[in-house]
Amino acid sequence: MFLPLTIAVAVTALALAAWCGYAAVKDQSTKDWHFAGMAVVTLLAMAQVVVGLVQLGRGEDPDEGTAVFVAYLLAAAFAVPAVGLLSLTERSRWGSATVAAGGFVLAVLQVRLHDIWAGTGG
Amino acid sequence: MAERPAAGEPRARGQAGLSNGPGRLILALYGVFAVGATSRAVYQLSTQFDEAPLAYVLSALAAVVYVFITAALARGGETARRLALVCITAELVGVLAIGTWTEVQPSEFPDQTVWSDYGRGYLFLPVILPVIGLWWLRRQPARERPGAPSPE
Repeated sequence: MFLPLTIAVAVTALALAAWCGYAAVKDQSTKDWHFAGMAVVTLLAMAQVVVGLVQLGRGEDPDEGTAVFVAYLLAAAFAVPAVGLLSLTERSRWGSATVAAGGFVLAVLQVRLHDIWAGTGG
Repeated sequence: MAERPAAGEPRARGQAGLSNGPGRLILALYGVFAVGATSRAVYQLSTQFDEAPLAYVLSALAAVVYVFITAALARGGETARRLALVCITAELVGVLAIGTWTEVQPSEFPDQTVWSDYGRGYLFLPVILPVIGLWWLRRQPARERPGAPSPE
């Protein structure tokens, strides 16, 4: 259950990054549809928090420790709302660029989350 | 990168100019590093300090610098701009010094710091960000204030 969600969040986050990056290149600010996209990514990330905590509650043990895992889960859930707020008050291409950066960071967080949960053996 | 803020929208030359336009993206990236470096330092110092004390103390130092820069950029104004200039210069010196140190004497560093190998683990952003940050702060005009010396 956790891995499919991780992939879903990573893919949608990258799509959001590409979409808002495109808006930035075209010199456009974030529009309502961008915020709808951010909502979708955020809902997925919040679902991931719930699933992650449930799995911890069932006694499963993240490879790199519970504290690190929970910290990354929460950071992932707050990443897109944070850049969304920043772009609300920056109505220029740079607001879009900020959301694009946030989406990319979220995708990187997902790779780390996967490592923390499953271990890389390296 | 555009040289000036996007045209078309009149932009108030407010006090908080540091986080307008491109500054918004710079603020977000510094925010990521502030949160990341701080949590990493807290975790390492509290659970495994003895494994690599030097690396972890330097990580904590980096975290403090990132937090100061983020706060200064968010706050804006001339005092904050000067504080940010000092901190970003310290950041650049830090990442260059520690990057070189980790190349020359890797044995001193059993574990990574944010600034190891010039920030390779973080897409070299730790060395790119301060350069962009300094560029951004240098092109901010000194805020006009009654009694403040005018810029040359």
